[in-house]
Amino acid sequence: MENGSGSGLPDAWVNGELRSLDTARPETTALDWLRGLGLTGAKEGCAEGECGACSVLVARPGVDAETEWTAINSCLLPAATLAGQDVVTAEGLGAPDALHPVQREMAVRGGSQCGYCTPGFVCSMAAEYYRPGRRAGEFDRHALSGNLCRCTGYRPIVEAAAALGTPDGDDALATRTAVAPPAAAPVRTAGFARPGNLAEALDLLAEPGAVAVAGSTDLGVEANLRGDRPALRVAIDRLPELREVSRTGTYVELGAAVTLSELERRLAGAVPLLDEVFPQFASRLIRNGATIGGNLGTASPIGDLAPALLALQADVVLASAAGERVVPLKGYFTGYRQTGRAADELIRAVRIPLPLAQLTAFHKIAKRRFDDISSVAVAFALDVADGRVRRAVIGLGGVAATPIRATEAERLLTRNRWEADVVAEAAAVLGRAGTPLDDHRASAGYRAAMLEQSLVRLYEGFEARPQAASHLNRREEP
Amino acid sequence: MSTPLARRPTSAEVGEIRPHEAASLHVTGRALYTDDVAVRTPGLLHAHPVQAPHAHARVVRPDATRAAETPGVVRVLSAVDVPGVNDAGTKHDEPLFPDEVMYHGHAVAWVLGETLEAARLGALAVEVDYEPLPAILTLPEAIAAESFQGLRPRLERGDVEEAMAGAAHVFSGEFEMAGQEHFYLETHAALATVDDDGQVFVQSSTQHPTETQEIVAHVLGLSSHQVTVQCLRMGGGFGGKEMQPHGYAAIAALGARLTGRPVRVRLTRQQDMTMTGKRHGFHATWRVGFDGDGRLQALEATLTSDGGWSLDLSEPVLSRALCHVDNAYWIPHLRVDGRIAQTHKTSQTAFRGFGGPQGMLVIEDILGRCAPLLGIDPVDLRRRNLYADGQETPYGQVVRHADRLERAWDQVVDTAELATRRDEVAGFNAQNPRRKRGLVVTPVKFGISFNFTAFNQAGALVHVYRDGSVLINHGGTEMGQGLHTKMLQVAATALRVPIDRVRLAPTRTDKVPNTSATAASSGADLNGGAVKDAGEQILARLEPVRERLGPNASWDEVVRTAYFDRIQLWAAGFYRTEGLWWDTAAMRGEPFKYFAYGVAAAEVEVDGYTGAYEVRRVDIVHDVGDSLSPLIDIGQIEGGFLQGVGWLTLEDLRWDTSDGPGRGRLATQAASTYKLPSLSEMPHEMRVTLLDRATEDGVVYGSKAVGEPPLMLAFSVREAIREAIAAFAPAGARRSVDLASPATPEAVFWAIRAAATEGGSER
Repeated sequence: MENGSGSGLPDAWVNGELRSLDTARPETTALDWLRGLGLTGAKEGCAEGECGACSVLVARPGVDAETEWTAINSCLLPAATLAGQDVVTAEGLGAPDALHPVQREMAVRGGSQCGYCTPGFVCSMAAEYYRPGRRAGEFDRHALSGNLCRCTGYRPIVEAAAALGTPDGDDALATRTAVAPPAAAPVRTAGFARPGNLAEALDLLAEPGAVAVAGSTDLGVEANLRGDRPALRVAIDRLPELREVSRTGTYVELGAAVTLSELERRLAGAVPLLDEVFPQFASRLIRNGATIGGNLGTASPIGDLAPALLALQADVVLASAAGERVVPLKGYFTGYRQTGRAADELIRAVRIPLPLAQLTAFHKIAKRRFDDISSVAVAFALDVADGRVRRAVIGLGGVAATPIRATEAERLLTRNRWEADVVAEAAAVLGRAGTPLDDHRASAGYRAAMLEQSLVRLYEGFEARPQAASHLNRREEP
Repeated sequence: MSTPLARRPTSAEVGEIRPHEAASLHVTGRALYTDDVAVRTPGLLHAHPVQAPHAHARVVRPDATRAAETPGVVRVLSAVDVPGVNDAGTKHDEPLFPDEVMYHGHAVAWVLGETLEAARLGALAVEVDYEPLPAILTLPEAIAAESFQGLRPRLERGDVEEAMAGAAHVFSGEFEMAGQEHFYLETHAALATVDDDGQVFVQSSTQHPTETQEIVAHVLGLSSHQVTVQCLRMGGGFGGKEMQPHGYAAIAALGARLTGRPVRVRLTRQQDMTMTGKRHGFHATWRVGFDGDGRLQALEATLTSDGGWSLDLSEPVLSRALCHVDNAYWIPHLRVDGRIAQTHKTSQTAFRGFGGPQGMLVIEDILGRCAPLLGIDPVDLRRRNLYADGQETPYGQVVRHADRLERAWDQVVDTAELATRRDEVAGFNAQNPRRKRGLVVTPVKFGISFNFTAFNQAGALVHVYRDGSVLINHGGTEMGQGLHTKMLQVAATALRVPIDRVRLAPTRTDKVPNTSATAASSGADLNGGAVKDAGEQILARLEPVRERLGPNASWDEVVRTAYFDRIQLWAAGFYRTEGLWWDTAAMRGEPFKYFAYGVAAAEVEVDGYTGAYEVRRVDIVHDVGDSLSPLIDIGQIEGGFLQGVGWLTLEDLRWDTSDGPGRGRLATQAASTYKLPSLSEMPHEMRVTLLDRATEDGVVYGSKAVGEPPLMLAFSVREAIREAIAAFAPAGARRSVDLASPATPEAVFWAIRAAATEGGSER
């Protein structure tokens, strides 16, 4: 087997130097490529984006600045996607005799013990350090939610993060954020293609064995853990047609290739239900790569967006060479990891109809609060007025082969009294929804009990404090 | 001029707050681990295992024909290739290439490839015929089938029957606790090269380089002097790299011998989780007697550990479990039997605490369940049963410094404002039907030393160069616990030089031979003793020179002069722990140099809707003697504590126990299904204090070991959860709460259901 006789990929910038991607084969991860360059700070801890030991920084288009240094799991990303891009690793942030502020705080406070997770923590922390608009002493813990440490118990790491000031005026990485990130230039090699527009993407995806890849947060796991080797990876993460977030009088449209981290900030609270989902969806590291289209495209029965989008009664916009069609998400999932999307179609966007329901909530049941996979996920979208339920839509994940709607409980609630006895009855019905399984995450009995509890919890929480409605329901433009 | 081991000079380097000696390398990604070296090695071959898809099967015919034809495959390794002994363990019950598959995922062959991808595809192409055999998976199955292995120790004192007969209250029960995956962030790794003379050099992520060296030598049919093992550092060990690395090092070494090329073994996380040993799960049945005041009178118990397929360290783990079933409590009459189940699972092994946590969990669970039945507050019940100074453990060792246990307890009660906060908890619980809090105090008493007496020795090699700089080698390995940092501090103290004059070289078997595992929390005690010894030998030789040159002579001057005086400027240091003895058959003796003590108070809040919980605040007072390095010690306490919380609450190993084709498969074999604590499990508030006035006589500079004991402080969280669950019961119920281990949110939810509907169980 040849060791890569020239991949034909353009070079990438790593720590300020141009480095060749010639050795990158289609299955080579960004992590293995970086390590092959002798940059062994990034480590493989799990190969599935759970531990963050492989975290590195990539210059990505920003929401609040031209460029944002975005921490990603390099174990999941194909190396080829870095062609022409700008990457910084722990080695590039500082050296032992010239530590970066993040590195200095971590070192002096005992933030490292065995040191193996440390370069990844440093990169995730640095991404937060450089976040546009962040003030000194301010630190969003979610920035570290995708990094695991087995040694320290985390306190010194959190204290290091909390002690950080803001970058100096001459900090090269800080000033870099004012300049646009590298463009995503079209590329075509044997196993990888980056099309320039949607039409080219659809052409490429028609080739045998072609798969669309955005953040590669699912495909990367399949490749690493199950040896999945698609013939052609088509990178769609930077296609302008898939990157819009817009609204009309009747719906909000979310581009399929907008990452969840971007979406969280670009929506800026416009869809309260999604705001509840985002912090519970995997980890920041994953959300920096994962897209809304990807989460629906894999059609996992335990993906956390689908139940919420079902509750929001969203539609999926499918694009093909023949044009576009809009299909309701309800009915889109046809079987375990099966959907109504035809082979020549790509999810271009998701539409959420307006007005939004007033009472929404997302309940995720998992073993761990950060970065876990749901045993059960329940999304509610209700309108309650004058003691009656005007509308009730409930999306469920983890209780069937596909994400489903809790139609019977919805029917029982709709136009009924919003009172404890009705809620208890509907909760019992909700508890019988789907066909939950016994597995290593939870028993079927617990899953059913959690469905039931979720409605009780919603009702009792609502009684305690009614929620504010989204500004999108007001008439003026946001 | 050897000084008493515990005496600490004034203004000593030991006791200073020092970050980890490699911290600046860690944070910049410069610190090298075994596989980072492999990536830099030209001509490297990659090894990939062929893992069996059965829990128990006969291997009929491994056929490597197709594998050998796979592009990039260089060689397939199997039993016929072994020049020496086909075994990866010290007990010769672990064939490196088995003809009988003993657990799901057992490696039956290894493939060497030019790339890892080639080796992986080659492994898929190895054709193996298996004859499946019946498999025993769970502890109840093993007990029913009487599938046991190894020793069956009994620990006994007094007259249990008579004491039970005279007890005011007798309760009995059964309890099963899960094991734990180490999940060191760095999976097992080895890199082997062979030099012109056929000498084998293995870099291994190992806590026990000497044993890795011995196993590699016996597999290759070589003597130990032909094999050198080096461990740069480990990305975590926790006991998981005490016995388990040897086989992987042997595969790399065998491949290197056969091909003449460097060979790398690095397990993926899935391979590591499916192939390497874990903390033993235990099953316990017990009967306990209390007097009218809730004082323990008698305990009778049978502990069965799940050893997996081979013995590994299961015997000493069980022995330590039995020796810790008392935890910190005086139990006058006691009889505990121990057994090791043989099951078709990975061979379970050392894990921080080494059976101690499992033994202690038995008594803590008993006290937690019995307190409500006795009508005694769980905090009071524990406090009144603590050892008093001079009382003996069931195996006959006097509990020295038991007063420290009380002192730590009272300090926690005071600084945690226990009385006030327990009132607040009661107030909160009265106000909130759906959320409940609990606040409980638990103690730790943990014996320090290897139960296996011979391991309580260590060596060091200290060089002073002519320019006055110092290089130290010692037999201990660095896995993040800060041992090297402490050894630099010990060397600087012993030689009376500033710490920046001292460097430390990686652990290698050709520098310091015949080392013990860096385990049993003993690394600093043992190697510190050896480093101090070497330093003091050199200092003694320098003394005449120093006297001649006068008090104003600098260290550099003294050293330079000594060289010209032809004085030996390097020394081999040695240390052995005095006064230890242990009778394995009688389960009696003085196995421990001393006990480490700690006390924790934990407050939790439990969500009644889901059973999810959070740790609101933890107060810990822990006894590390006179700390060698306070930042390091506090890091060990906090990290050990959270690892214990993970074991007791979150980490949930599940095997396929169905009768389907997947029987025996580890269902939680990845980070996405096996959850260790993340940032979100951190206590909101964590206050750790080192016990003062705690000089430990007879230990290096008055310090105490710290690696393992803090893990067991996490019992406080489990017991606080139990108390919060009880608060869901109707008022006035005598609420004994049975709680599974791990107490996952689901387990807690069902316990809440039981408490709320039945008011708990009464026995």
